[in-house]
Amino acid sequence: MKVIYTDVLIIGGGLAGLRVATGVKERGHDAIVLTLVPPKRSHSAAAQGGMQASLANSKMGEGDNEDVHFSDTIKGSDWGADQMVARMFTHCAPKAIRELAHWGVPWSRVKKGDRTAIINAKKVTITEKEEAHGLITARDFGGTKKWRTCYTSDGTGHSMLYAMDNKAHEDKVEIHERLEAIALIHENSRCYGAIARNLMTGELVAYVSKATTIATGGYGRIYSVSTNAIICQGIGQAIALETGIATLGNMEAIQFHPTAIVPVGILTTEGCRGDGGVLRDVDGYRFMPDYEPEKKELASRDVVSRRMTEHMRKGKGVKSRYGDHLWLDITILGREHIEKNLREVKEICENFLGIDPAEKWIPVRPTQHYSMGGIRTKYTGESQTMRGLFSCGEAACWDLHGFNRLGGNSVSETVVSGMLVAEYISDFIDSNESDIGIHSTKIEYFLQREQDKIDALLAKENGEDAYEIRRAMEKIMMDKVGIFRNGKDLQQAVDELEVLYKRSKNIEVFRSKSRAANPALVNAYRTQKMVKIALCVAYGALLRTESRGAHSREDFPKRDDAHWLKRTITSWPDEEQTLPTVSYEEIDVNTMEMPPGFRGYGKDLTKHNPRTQQAQEKVDRIKEQLEKEGKDRFEIQDALMPFRDKLPKKYQGRNERLGENI
Amino acid sequence: MNQEEKKARILKVSILRFDPHDPDDFPHMETFEVEEADGMTLYIVLNEIREHHDNSLKFDFVCRAGICGSCSMLVNGRPTLACRTLTSKLDENITLAPLPLFELIGDLSIYTGKWMRYLNDHIETWIHDKETELNVDKLEERMEPELADEIYELDRCVECGCCVAGCGTIQMRPSFIGAVGLNKVARYHLDPRDKRSDEDYYEIVGDEDGVFGCMTLLGCEDVCPKDLPLQSKIAYLRRMMLKTAK
Repeated sequence: MKVIYTDVLIIGGGLAGLRVATGVKERGHDAIVLTLVPPKRSHSAAAQGGMQASLANSKMGEGDNEDVHFSDTIKGSDWGADQMVARMFTHCAPKAIRELAHWGVPWSRVKKGDRTAIINAKKVTITEKEEAHGLITARDFGGTKKWRTCYTSDGTGHSMLYAMDNKAHEDKVEIHERLEAIALIHENSRCYGAIARNLMTGELVAYVSKATTIATGGYGRIYSVSTNAIICQGIGQAIALETGIATLGNMEAIQFHPTAIVPVGILTTEGCRGDGGVLRDVDGYRFMPDYEPEKKELASRDVVSRRMTEHMRKGKGVKSRYGDHLWLDITILGREHIEKNLREVKEICENFLGIDPAEKWIPVRPTQHYSMGGIRTKYTGESQTMRGLFSCGEAACWDLHGFNRLGGNSVSETVVSGMLVAEYISDFIDSNESDIGIHSTKIEYFLQREQDKIDALLAKENGEDAYEIRRAMEKIMMDKVGIFRNGKDLQQAVDELEVLYKRSKNIEVFRSKSRAANPALVNAYRTQKMVKIALCVAYGALLRTESRGAHSREDFPKRDDAHWLKRTITSWPDEEQTLPTVSYEEIDVNTMEMPPGFRGYGKDLTKHNPRTQQAQEKVDRIKEQLEKEGKDRFEIQDALMPFRDKLPKKYQGRNERLGENI
Repeated sequence: MNQEEKKARILKVSILRFDPHDPDDFPHMETFEVEEADGMTLYIVLNEIREHHDNSLKFDFVCRAGICGSCSMLVNGRPTLACRTLTSKLDENITLAPLPLFELIGDLSIYTGKWMRYLNDHIETWIHDKETELNVDKLEERMEPELADEIYELDRCVECGCCVAGCGTIQMRPSFIGAVGLNKVARYHLDPRDKRSDEDYYEIVGDEDGVFGCMTLLGCEDVCPKDLPLQSKIAYLRRMMLKTAK
C-alpha cells in the first residue's frame, strides 16, 4: 500500500488550487497538488477577456469601488449570491490583482491622453488621466456599471496561470502530475485525503492529509457542446458527493455564454462585445437594442443568451448544417485593435473557421460555459457538513455567483477564494482539530474499495458501453436542461438520466484492458460519476419552479422570492439510491445589505418575498440616518452588513485608489 | 460542382503506436479510415477513432482550442498543435507520431510536463525581487503600457514543445534549453520587476546549453504555433551575453 502524508492535499492545479498551495506554503505548511495535466494546461488558461477588480484607474472606471462591484455582482446573481461572500470577494479582488502584478502578470496599462474606442457602434474619444498613466487598465464587460475588467490582451487566464504556476515553482510546491483523485478518504464526517490513480502507470496511491481541497473547476462536459476544456467533467464534485456526507449547492445553475463559435463551441471572449462588437441576425440587423435598449449586447450573460435564443426562435437565425446561429461582428473595431487586444479570438477564427474576423462576421450561438453550482461550503471554503474538506474556485459554491456569474468574476474568484481559503485552511491546521485520527486499516479499506471497482470494470463481460451512456447523457442535458427549461422536458430528462444511471453500474471496459494508461478505463469510471452530477443538475432544475438568473423556466417565468429565495442542496447519502436527495437552505432577506430588487432587464416579473419591503426600508433608514450624520461609505456599509472581521487580518486593510485612501 | 466532388473524403490516418507498459508491444504503424466532415480537426478525428475503432488509443487534448499546448504531435512529420489542425488543409493520407525527445506515455501521449517543469526550475522562471515588499492595499507599481505589451508578447508561449521537437541542436545536445527556454529568459530580462542582473542571466544561459549552443537553424521559429519572435530574441540574448562576457 502506497501512502503519502501531507498537511494540505490540493486536488486541481488551476488558478484556485495553485493559489491555495502557495498560501498554505507561506504559512509554513506542506502542500501537494494533484493534477490531471501539467498545471499550465489547466482550464484557467482559457479565460480570455479578463479579471474584475475595482481599481478605477481608467477613465471609464472612474468612481468605481467595492460598493459598485458588489452591487453589480448581487444583481448579476439575481439575488442568489451570499452577500457576505460577495463583500469579502469585492474587497479582496484589488489585492489579488496587485499581488499577481507583483508576481509577473503583464497587465495591460493605462496610457495617458486620447484614444479611440467603440461604444454603442460609434467611435468615441476617451482621454485618460495623466496621473493614471502606467497603472492597470480595464475594459467593459457585461452587467457592470463601470469598466472594471483588467486584462492582458485576450490571454488573461494564460498570463495569470503562468505567473501563478511560476510562483508555485518558486515556493517549491510539490506538484504530482497526471494523478486523478477518484475517492475521498473520510471517517466520522471528517475528510483525511484522497485515493488517487496515476494516469500513466495505473497505480493507486492513498494521499493522507490534515486538510483536503477540491479545486477541480466546473462540470460543463456533462453537456455535448461546452466551451469548457475536456477535463471539466465534474469529477471533483462527484467524489465529494460520493462521500454521502458532503453536499453540493445550486447544481442547476448553469451559465450559457452568448458567443461560442459554431459548431465546435470554442469561446470568443465577452471582451469582443465589451470592446464594441455587436450581434447581428440573418439579415445583418443588430437586434439586441430592440430587446435591451439600455445595456444592449452588454446585458448580463444569461439575458443575452436568452435574447439570442428568442431571436433565433423567431426565425431570425442563420441556417447552417449544424443548426441556427447568429453573427458576432467585430469588424467595426478595426484590424489594429483586433490584432492587439483580441488576438486569441483572431487565431481561433483563423484556425477553426478559416476566417479573418477583421473582415468577416463570426458565427456564434449560446453555449454551456460555467457552473455556478458546486461543492457547498461556508465562507471559509470548508464543506458545511464534512470537516477538513475544503473547496474553492469554480468547483465550489461558497456562493459568490448565485444564479448567474458576471463575466470577469470567475478568474477573479479563483485567486481571491484561493488566497482566503489558504488562510482558513492554515488556521485549521494550526488548531488541534486537524490531527489525523484515522486508522491505517480504514485507509487500506478505501484503497481496496477503489481497486476492486477498477478490477470489476476491467473484468466485466456483456456490460454497457460507457461511450453510449455518456453520449446519451450529454444529449439529454443539451436538449432538455438548456437555456430555456420546462417541467415536461425536465421530468423526461430526470427519468432518462435515472435509467442511464442504473445502466452505468453495469459498464464494461471493452477490449482495452490495460491497468496502466488506459483511456477506455478512465472514460468508464468518469462516466459513472458524470451521470450522477447530471442527475443533480436536472433534478434540481425540475424541482425549482421559478426563473432565477440562468435558470429559466418557461412554465414558471417569474422569479419567486416568496418561495424560492433559497439554495438547492444536493447529497447522495445512500449508494443504492438512484436519485439525489434534495433539500433547501433559506436565504434570509434580513441579513442582506442589498435586499432583492429588479435587475433592470425586460419587465419586472418578480414575486417578492413578503419581508423584502421591510428589509429594504430598514436599509434605506440606516443609510439615510448615517449619511445625515456625515458617515463615509465604509461606515455605512459596516452598519448594514459587517464583514471585515470574517477576513484574515492581513486582508482587512482598505484599498488605495487614485483619489481614495492615499 | 458535380456529385463526385461533393462526396466526403475517406481519410487514411496512420498512427505510430506503442504502449511502453506492455512488454509484448513494439512500435508499429496502424492505419484507420475516417470519413471527413465539414470543419473537421485532428481532435475530432482522433476522438472518433478512439470511440469507434480503438478505445485504447492514447493522446492528449485539454482545451481543444489551441490555447493550452497539450496536443502537440508530429503531423506528417511536422510538430504542431493537433487540435487546431483542420483536415481540409491536409492530404487524405495523414501520418501522426508522438513528439520526439519527450518521455512517451503511449501512442501520441507524451510527458511534456516533466520536461517543462525541469526547464522552469533550471532557469527560474519567476520574478526575482528581494527588495520590494508587496503591500496589497497600495497602488500597484506603474509600468509603461508599451513595455507591458512587449512582455505579454513573450509571455504567450504555451510550452507545447513544438520548438523543442523542431530544434536541430537539441538532437545532439539533450541538455540544451531550446527556444522555449531562451524565450523565457528574454521575457524575464525584459521585465523590470525581475531584479536579476545580466551576470545572473549569464550564469543561466551563457554556455552551450544556453544561447551559445543554438546553431541558428531556426526550426523553432518555423513551427512555433504562437508565432513568437524566437529568432530575434535568440539574437538579442546572444548580443547581450557577449557584452556581459567581456
